[in-house]
Amino acid sequence: MGITLPVLILALPFAMFLILGIGGVKMPRKLAGILGICANGALLAISYIVALTYFFSGETAYIIDGVRQQLQLFDVTWMAFTDRLVVNIGFLLDPISAMMLIVITTISFMVHLYSWGYMEHEPGFQRYYAFLSLFTFSMLGLVVATNIFQMYIFWELVGVSSYLLIGFFYKLPSAVSASKKAFIVTRFADLFMLIGILVLSYYVAETPADGPLGGASAFNFIMLNNNSVNVLESTLCGTFMGGSILSWAMVFIFVGGMGKSAMLPLHIWLPDAMEGPTPVSALIHAATMVVAGVYLVARFFPLYLIAEGSLLFITVVGAITAFYAAVVACCQIDIKRILAFSTISQIAFMMVSLGVTRPELHEGMGYMASMFHLFTHAMFKALLFLGAGALIHAVHSNNYTAMGGMRKYMPITHWTFLIGCLAIAGIPPFSGFFSKDEMLTAMYANSPLWGAWMTMVAALTAFYMFRMYFLVFWWEENPHYKEHTPHDAPWQMSIPLIFLAAVSCLAGFLPFGEFVTWNREPYHIHLDMSVAIPSICVAVVAIAFAAWLYARKNDKPAKMKAAMPALWEAAHRRFYWDEIYMFITHKIIFNGVCRGIAWFDRHVIDGTMDGLAAVTQYTSAKIKGLQSGNVQAYVLWYFIGAVILAAITWICLL
Amino acid sequence: MDLSILWYLVPSVIMFAAGVYGFVTRKNMIALLISLELMLNSADLNFVVFNRYLFPGSMEGMFFTLFAIAIAAAETAIAIAIIINIYRAVQSTDINVVDKMKY
Amino acid sequence: MDSVANIILYFVVAIAVTVFSVMAVTSRRILRAATYLLFVLISTAVIYFQLGYQFLGAVQIAVYAGGIMVLFVFSIILTRKPGEKESFLDSHRRAIGISVSIAGCILLLLALFTMPLLNGVSLTDALAAGNQITMKEIGTAMVGSDRFQYLLPFEAISVLLLACIIGGVVVARKR
Repeated sequence: MGITLPVLILALPFAMFLILGIGGVKMPRKLAGILGICANGALLAISYIVALTYFFSGETAYIIDGVRQQLQLFDVTWMAFTDRLVVNIGFLLDPISAMMLIVITTISFMVHLYSWGYMEHEPGFQRYYAFLSLFTFSMLGLVVATNIFQMYIFWELVGVSSYLLIGFFYKLPSAVSASKKAFIVTRFADLFMLIGILVLSYYVAETPADGPLGGASAFNFIMLNNNSVNVLESTLCGTFMGGSILSWAMVFIFVGGMGKSAMLPLHIWLPDAMEGPTPVSALIHAATMVVAGVYLVARFFPLYLIAEGSLLFITVVGAITAFYAAVVACCQIDIKRILAFSTISQIAFMMVSLGVTRPELHEGMGYMASMFHLFTHAMFKALLFLGAGALIHAVHSNNYTAMGGMRKYMPITHWTFLIGCLAIAGIPPFSGFFSKDEMLTAMYANSPLWGAWMTMVAALTAFYMFRMYFLVFWWEENPHYKEHTPHDAPWQMSIPLIFLAAVSCLAGFLPFGEFVTWNREPYHIHLDMSVAIPSICVAVVAIAFAAWLYARKNDKPAKMKAAMPALWEAAHRRFYWDEIYMFITHKIIFNGVCRGIAWFDRHVIDGTMDGLAAVTQYTSAKIKGLQSGNVQAYVLWYFIGAVILAAITWICLL
Repeated sequence: MDLSILWYLVPSVIMFAAGVYGFVTRKNMIALLISLELMLNSADLNFVVFNRYLFPGSMEGMFFTLFAIAIAAAETAIAIAIIINIYRAVQSTDINVVDKMKY
Repeated sequence: MDSVANIILYFVVAIAVTVFSVMAVTSRRILRAATYLLFVLISTAVIYFQLGYQFLGAVQIAVYAGGIMVLFVFSIILTRKPGEKESFLDSHRRAIGISVSIAGCILLLLALFTMPLLNGVSLTDALAAGNQITMKEIGTAMVGSDRFQYLLPFEAISVLLLACIIGGVVVARKR
């Protein structure tokens, strides 16, 4: 494969960003929309060609004896700081990046198309498309990164575009604060990632110049992952507080992933990020960007395998987050928030699945399952978000209390949404069932604890999704429908829904293990009935329970709420995480720590400067009378000075 | 009794001191100008005297004085034009009237 | 040993310079002050003659004592209000003026008298050491462009005088 197509994959969205960003103001919105969609369609086609060629052509460049190869289609030096610290920009093609190419461009194209209908009447339509292109560019750059630095650069770019898109409605104070919150929280996490990278870079052994990569940077992923034991020899010997240096570095890098992927306790930004336009939530905050943390762990997986302690850390964080988010999702009113917490929970699922992966357990199928779930989740979660967008578009409210009985008015949205709910709940034959089943199998293989725990989370998932489904589409009709009858969205919005629903139905039958595994050797998926049947039963019971509670209007939910007011309130308020953050930042940091610093700054540092200025000012006010405008006085002073100087000179010469 | 260089320098010094005194104490701008001419003249005289006694073979001191006289003429002409202008404006040649150019 | 005539001439001129310069800055009448200045300038010209610079003395009389003094007198007449008392010359800041100028004077004299370099040569020797400066030499030096010749300053002075003419006209013309 030449380098034309890979370069185009990065260049096309970036060019679109520039064109729409700079020229968009002068463009009619129709033109901007068509331009953005066409460019994205081309990008979609190119990415499919690249990815499908990689997977199916069978050429020896891509697959040798059944082992898929990692190859760098290009890798050019971008910045050379020193001989060893060189930042490259390149294109790494391997199973996960090819899979991500498909996911990103598919969802991105669907969202572009959908936004044409959804955003039609919003001001700043052109700007919106420019930001979407920027995001697509950054995310693609992230997944095809050949080295840590490229990944980090695009990682931050993704954060920026997320910030820009969350704050798209920049006149809304809530959107502005949400965008700032998202940026600051993820940036805070990225600080740890940077620390991790620096620790790693400090301890990484020097790569031999005559090695297989010809002295390429030690941060090259192929280098790190394939020669990990050699490269990291030095890091394993050192320990710090009971963990090896490598474990610490990997945990720190994972903290960056925690920020992007909204793991506890850095999850607080994601629910607020729903202030952005709904298609953006579908693209960035459900399907692609938030799984960057999962992708990060998958990318570094060989290193995590060396440092097993960090894998345990990932598992624990993921398990707690998954349960927490699922519980909170049961008590939300805003449907986008429910989906947001559902996203957090599902990403945590993937994290746990990665965390429990060991090569000796089912040939490391947890990795494959996690990637599989990433793929299917991207599809059905985007579907759910876009469906939610269609609902919001129809009733102009985010809350399910404004909906109810929508199935009669919006049949397309109803059926596609139902497919999405079934997929996420894990009902066969929808895609979520297969990927979730694989993950649960991997978890049981590691430890029954994780298996049972995550099965419980899966049950909660089914419950809250169908709670939302029934409350929106059944329950009772909102009386306002008589004045303003909701109806299905225009074709631009329906097509993505139908397409994604179809994918969600069929994706589960993909032989995913043939394509993506941790060691890139094929793995033959087979259903483990001892796991599948209980999980189906659990999901069906959860759905039935949700139906029993919410299918028709009744007072059972209210009674349940009244029975456990404290729990309901706590879950509704997301277990007070935001309040805890406010307490820590405002009460402790701002009022406690910062007050002293501010005092020091205001009185000592500013005081010094102010004092200098005050002395100068005072002196000048005192001596400005000398500049009286009286020439004779000037001459007098001048002459006195001259006499004194002359006297000094004379005395010295004497 | 020899007329050494000092004999010529002493009147020059006194002339200069008188110029300084006048410049510092007088109020009339023309009187100020007169004091200025005195100082200038004493400097001219010094050039000539040094030329004569220390470098009798050359003419630099004399030429300096020559040019200084020309410049003094120019300067006086401008100064008097300004003084007359000020007089037209404020009907006075008192130096204390023109003290606007201050802080 | 200088000639008695030279010594007498010197004393006359030195006393004239000293006295008239002091009177020029202490006189209460502006016109008198200008006249005393005229005497000082003429006395200086006499010193130039005595030192052997005839051309310079002539210029001093012609330009300074002639041209500039006329300017002074005209400006005095132009700026004097009819019937005005001439006490407006009254000096102020007298004490500090006197002390400063006397201090400067004493300092300079002390410096002069302690400088060893400047003693010993009499006027006769000095005059004998240098050649008589002829007008031809002066003219050659004035418009020549060699070393110790002054074409450039000469031209600069002419431009300066032109600027002064224009400036004087612009500043003093009636609006």
